[in-house]
This record gives sequence, structure tokens and C-alpha cells, in this order.
Amino acid sequence: MNLLIEAVQWLLDPVNWQGENALGMRILEHLGFSAVVVLVAAAIGIPVGTLIGHTGRGRGAIIAITGGARALPTLGLLTIFGLWLGIGLEAPFLALLVLALPPVLAGAYAGVESVDRATVGAARAIGLTERQILTGVELPLAAPVIIGGLRSAALQVISTATLAAYISDTGLGRPLFTGMKTQQYDMMLGASILVALLALIVELCFQLVQSAATRRAEPHNGHQHRAHSGARERIAA
Amino acid sequence: MIEFDAVHKEYPDGTVAVERFSLIVPSHRVVALVGSSGSGKTTLLRMVNRMVEPSSGTVSIDGVDVRSMDRVKLRRSIGYVLQAGGLLPHRTVADNVATVPVLEGRSRRQARADALGLLERVGLDTALADRYPAQLSGGQQQRVGVARALAADPNILLMDEPFGAVDPIVRDQLQAEMRALQADIGKTIVFVTHDIDEAFALGDEVVVLRTGAEIAQRGAPAEILANPADDFVSDFVGAGTAQRTLRIREVDGRSVVVDGDDRPTGVLER
Repeated sequence: MNLLIEAVQWLLDPVNWQGENALGMRILEHLGFSAVVVLVAAAIGIPVGTLIGHTGRGRGAIIAITGGARALPTLGLLTIFGLWLGIGLEAPFLALLVLALPPVLAGAYAGVESVDRATVGAARAIGLTERQILTGVELPLAAPVIIGGLRSAALQVISTATLAAYISDTGLGRPLFTGMKTQQYDMMLGASILVALLALIVELCFQLVQSAATRRAEPHNGHQHRAHSGARERIAA
Repeated sequence: MIEFDAVHKEYPDGTVAVERFSLIVPSHRVVALVGSSGSGKTTLLRMVNRMVEPSSGTVSIDGVDVRSMDRVKLRRSIGYVLQAGGLLPHRTVADNVATVPVLEGRSRRQARADALGLLERVGLDTALADRYPAQLSGGQQQRVGVARALAADPNILLMDEPFGAVDPIVRDQLQAEMRALQADIGKTIVFVTHDIDEAFALGDEVVVLRTGAEIAQRGAPAEILANPADDFVSDFVGAGTAQRTLRIREVDGRSVVVDGDDRPTGVLER
């Protein structure tokens, strides 16, 4: 309990929010680095996952790859990449990308695949091009699941991005590692609390975006005049 | 006019869905393809708008092989009605109806105005225009499906078990309205159903299919009822069942038509 109070005191100490190692700077670094990783994961994972969901080709491969990648320990990967690429952001970037890609891919692929095939077939039959089906039908309907994938990737990356400091001077991992090495546990715990808070805030933002996407994909839920099944049984007016 | 010329569909696993099927669907007529599942009827329908490509043989529209046409253009030029409407769940009723006209470059405002007219045409309150499909009853969704199919004013309508997902009372009502609508618009319609009563209710011509789209019999509903070609057709149309064997009973000086179970079905007008 004492330690927790000390950690909070450390967090509130204006000294720690000033100068070269100012926490504000560390937070921005942490968020910025995480955002880059998630954006790159999205730029790769969403098109690939969407394509697999749309065509149904490469399913087996993607399940194997994402399953396998999820089993890789990020710290181990970071060490290998670090030995290969040396000090800097490249190694943590790659290690975190490996962490972020599986949920993004899985979300995109599962989301698109979960769109009712009858709806897609109908869209095709009335003359939508494949591109129009993808952008006008599959992506909006899959959006909640795709965003769910991004959300879980973002959460994992933000909490794991502390490891970037293992090999570079970036993010909230820095005070965490410094605190550990110098036995300044208030610093270590304070930094951990900040990471957890960041993860929670980002999680909350994603929740909002996800429910907005869900409202667009299923606009009838929420402001519905009557229950779904009840409506079906009603005889046409 | 739609012409099926010796179309054949065999899947890579060796299943033959359609075996050398030929048929001419005259313009402005309603032809019902009826058969149980596995008869290849839906495959035939989907060959017309190239949702399925025949392994051999040709389908042509007014003498033009559909394979020579651009798929997307072809599909936009043909109205397609699916079971349960096949509507896009995330778009409003009006947007669903306006889908193809908007893709074809009509302004949203104009397409929406047209959509409202079409909704009225199929017997829907225009107040439903801004609802989403899931907020509608099955019968209403089906009507929206018909309105959408008519939106680009196609010459041809393809209907795949159009009224299969609604209850019998609504189905009867939709069939009656479809007949009235067709009397007005005179489209060339091909529809598939497993329900012989629906085929008789809507088809100018009925084609009874066996497995592999082999034609068991084709003709006007009355011809098929009068002379089923064989036991298969006879079974399929239910010839000899109580529902199909009607007699006249005199009641208070009027001729009441009763079925095989002596249940009255109507009064004979002379």
C-alpha cells in the first residue's frame, strides 16, 4: 500500500513532468510508437484479411500463421531482432508488429467471412462489382469485427511497447526499466500505472468507435420500433 | 425472349446439376420452373444473369449470347428477386431500392423519388422508406425486393423462390399482387419454386423438372392438371389428391364446388 502511495506521489511530482525525461514526452513517445505499429499492422492485415475473407482462399494458411505467431514470446523475438538489427526502434517495431498482426488479420478475415453469404450473393446478382461488394457491403458489415481486431492489437501493443525501452530509449518502458535497475520502485510502479491507464483509455476509445460501427452495420438495433422476430410475423400492411 | 440452348452444368466433382436443357421463354410471359431440390432449377435461373456459367450450351437474351455481355451490365439490366428479398441490412429501404439506379449514375435525389414511387407500386407505405430491412415483416421485405428488381426498369425479371419465406396468407396475397403487377408491366419473368401451387398461381407456362433439370412436362397450368405426362408429374401436382379432385354439389339451387374430402372450395358461376 505504501508503495502504491509512493508511486502515485511519484506520478504527481511536477519534477517528473519536466525536462528531458518528462512523462508527457514519454507518454507521447509510447502512444506514437504504438500507433505506428498498429497502423502498419492495419495497413498489412486489413487488406490481406479482407481479401482472404472475400475470396475464401488461403484460409488454412492464415489460421496456421496467426495461431503460430500468437504463440511467439515477444521478449524472445525482440532479443533476436535486437541481435540482428542492433540498438534502436527497428527491433521493437518488428517484434510488436508480429504481436499486432494476428489479431488484425483474424479480425479482418473473420469479419468479412461472417457477412451473410446470401447478402453478398444478392449484391452480386443485382450487379455490384466485386469492388463495390467489398467496399459497400462486406467492409461496412464487417467493420465491428475488424475494429475489434484493431482494438485487441492496440491493447496488446500499448502494454507490450514498454519492451521497446529494453533496446532503445523510447516510451514508458524507460522509467519502468530504470526504476527496476535502480530499485526506485515508486518510479517503476508509477510508469506501470501510466501504461495501464493509457491502455484503458485507448480501449475506451476503441469501444466507442466499435459501437458506432455496429450501429452502422446493424442500424435496426437500438432505435427499433419493434422486435425483429415480431416484425417478421406481422402480416404486411 | 430468353433461350436456353442445350445448357449443361457439371461441377468439378462430377455432379451434373443440369443436363442438356433447352427452353424458350417468350417475351412478356411468365415461365415457372418447378421441381424439388436437386432439380437444377435455381442453377438454370442463375445462368441467365451469369451467376452460374454453363459447362456447355448457351443462354441468350433476344438472340445475344449472355457470355458476350459484360457480367455487371447484364446483371444490372435484369431484375433479380430472391427469397427474403436479399436486401442489404445496413441500408434503408429507399437506398436498397435505389441501389442499381445510383450505381448507374442517377442522382440520389432522383433515385430516391423513383424509389418512393416503386414502393407505392408494390403496395408499401412510403413511410417505410427510411426504415431498415430488419424492421420490416417478411412480406414487406419481399415487396421491397420486387421494388428493387423493378428499379432499373428491366425487361427481364428473375425470381428465385420469391415468396418462399413468408407465411401462406401473405404468400397468397403477394402472388395475387404479382399477377396484377405483371398484367400492368408485362415483363419477361422466369421464376423458380418448389411449390407447384405457386407455379400454377403465377406461371403462364409451367415447366416441371426432374433431377438434372430434365423436363418432365411443360405447358399451361390447366394442360398439366388435365393431362399429367406421367406418374412423376402426376405425383408432383398432386393429381388424385383431395385438393385436386373437385366435384359439384347442389346446395339451395346453387352449385358448390367441393374437394375430395367434401370440403367446399367455391361456388360455380354459370
